[in-house]
Amino acid sequence: MTARTLYDKLWDDHVVRTEDDGTALLYIDRHLVHEVTSPQAFEGLRIAGRKPWRTDSVLAVPDHNVPTTDRSAGIEDPVARLQVKTLDNNCSEFGLTEFDMSDIRQGIVHVIGPEQGATLPGMTVVCGDSHTSTHGAFGALAFGIGTSEVEHVLATQCLLQKKSKNMLVSVDGHVNEGITAKDIVLAIIGEIGTAGGTGFAIEFGGDAIRALSMEGRMTVCNMAIEAGARAGMVGVDATTIDYVNNRPYAPQGEMRDRAIENWQQLHSDSDAVFDKVVHIDAASIRPQVTWGTSPEMVVAIDAGVPDPDTVKDRVKADGMRKALAYMGLEAGMPINRIAVDKVFIGSCTNSRIEDLRAAAKVAQGRKVANNIKLAMVVPGSGLVKQQAEKEGLDKVFLEAGFEWREPGCSMCLAMNADRLEPGERCASTSNRNFEGRQGQGGRTHLVSPAMAAAAAVAGHFVDVNDLMSHN
Amino acid sequence: MQAFTRHSGIVAPLDRPNVDTDAIIPKQYLKSIKRSGFGPNAFDDWRYLDEGGPDIDDSTRRINPEFILNQQPYDRATVLLARENFGCGSSREHAVWALTDFGFRAVIAPGFADIFFNNSFKNGLLPITLDSAVVDSLFGKVQQNRGIEFTIDLESQTVTAGEDVYAFEIDEFKKYCMLNGLDDIGLTLQHADQITAYEQERKQKLPWLF
Repeated sequence: MTARTLYDKLWDDHVVRTEDDGTALLYIDRHLVHEVTSPQAFEGLRIAGRKPWRTDSVLAVPDHNVPTTDRSAGIEDPVARLQVKTLDNNCSEFGLTEFDMSDIRQGIVHVIGPEQGATLPGMTVVCGDSHTSTHGAFGALAFGIGTSEVEHVLATQCLLQKKSKNMLVSVDGHVNEGITAKDIVLAIIGEIGTAGGTGFAIEFGGDAIRALSMEGRMTVCNMAIEAGARAGMVGVDATTIDYVNNRPYAPQGEMRDRAIENWQQLHSDSDAVFDKVVHIDAASIRPQVTWGTSPEMVVAIDAGVPDPDTVKDRVKADGMRKALAYMGLEAGMPINRIAVDKVFIGSCTNSRIEDLRAAAKVAQGRKVANNIKLAMVVPGSGLVKQQAEKEGLDKVFLEAGFEWREPGCSMCLAMNADRLEPGERCASTSNRNFEGRQGQGGRTHLVSPAMAAAAAVAGHFVDVNDLMSHN
Repeated sequence: MQAFTRHSGIVAPLDRPNVDTDAIIPKQYLKSIKRSGFGPNAFDDWRYLDEGGPDIDDSTRRINPEFILNQQPYDRATVLLARENFGCGSSREHAVWALTDFGFRAVIAPGFADIFFNNSFKNGLLPITLDSAVVDSLFGKVQQNRGIEFTIDLESQTVTAGEDVYAFEIDEFKKYCMLNGLDDIGLTLQHADQITAYEQERKQKLPWLF
């Protein structure tokens, strides 16, 4: 048999039928649902008189609109409240499992799927959310879909798809002290660009990826979409299997042994051929900070803001000028002199226990700087929050002057009350620095949790290693 | 879904790369549980000088006169000419709904983000990928002939801009669905027996997934 990549294997295993032009009907094992991209899909089912094909494949949770402050009084915004209520109603009408706002298991959809073992190796996982690529960290084929496709999966358990090309991003060697999964993925996006992965499924490999925990691998796969790839993935190894073990939705006992035997095949064959291969030297990666309005506009902490006048491509240079104007920055300005107003630690990229531990380690015994108007920590799920509190991380954050919130998407996209005011500058552990993403006129700089905590205590961007070594 | 066969319309140039779906429709409008009504808020942050929201009457807001779609004749444009990586970011189909609700039938760009590209076909919005040098020359034509109309013919897979005709590629299956305005759920359900058979086999082989 010809050598296959992990993506080839996952693809082949899910094809129900193929049209003459190569469009395949792909079977979907897990369908994650949230309140924002599903109401029109359920409405479509009702209008057509259709029912969900397989209710046990669906796991639903409200996350985008939920308040991160006291929830006992419900959601204040009537429009958001209706949307969350609509999800509750749709789930009960169609018989779907939902972790509602009062459930301890509620949280960001891309945090709770893996946390529950609802995401398993070898699955196809979809959700009406572009960051579904996160779940590829488990050796699964996971990608975001639109609302029409949500309806299609609900009604047919399948999706019409054209196969993507194969790309391998190999992060070779080992990262230096203080370099996290977020720095790795931002460096990758800086290298290949936000359209670099368009039309590809990206497999992340190399020693530096193998050395990451599952939380770290999820951070990397989460941002595959920011490199243009709908799907990112990492082959299964002992780290994957250890993480999945004993999760509520994961197989147990004899079934587990059978599953593990199958999962161990879920990696690219050693002689598999990729359409494109990119090598990144792990040791060269420095702590990353974005300076512009696209995730590819990223530099190392000790660099300066790039100069559009040195860029030959007119469209690109114009894009950089627009970004500098929006961000209120000038070419050449050192990144570590940029002061911030707010700090956000959270999102489906960086709100897992390991992220909170990394941020707490920096916050421990320090205080949020006077110029910071708000520094907030938003755990990815109720269970992450519970674990963090068990470890005393909440106290570390609160003593340092951070706010400690309830789980949700929060200021990553500012659909709820957590947002930037016009002109405010934020060190954020989220995934998108687009114009207006965190609030109209808000200015977002993407960083790792440790770098965000460091910016909070310094009041400006700073190399977390310098900060830690000074004390 | 509205079928797409042949369309002629005014072309609006949006001369910036990486236009993301947050820019096409900002998040505060995603709280809607409907598919319609997004047109007045397409490109909201660029189109208005003040902030909007689902409970704000857009007719009372300050228009940004510099934004291309606020200028005549582009306020009546039905074809959008864009740059690289159009529609990147969030999977929100609301971005496509906002464009079609504004009146757009097609977007021409050197490249589209994958999810946006797929979403477009579900809503009768034709995304046309042309070589970036061709797109560059089309921007030149639009600048020289304000209000120029392009004709897009899906059957022959061509864009006609003045004297010039450009061919574009499209998957056969997507073309067939667009030309006929087909609902793909109905098409897929014609293969329900095959899906069931696949599912049964999978259940035997990988029972822990069920």
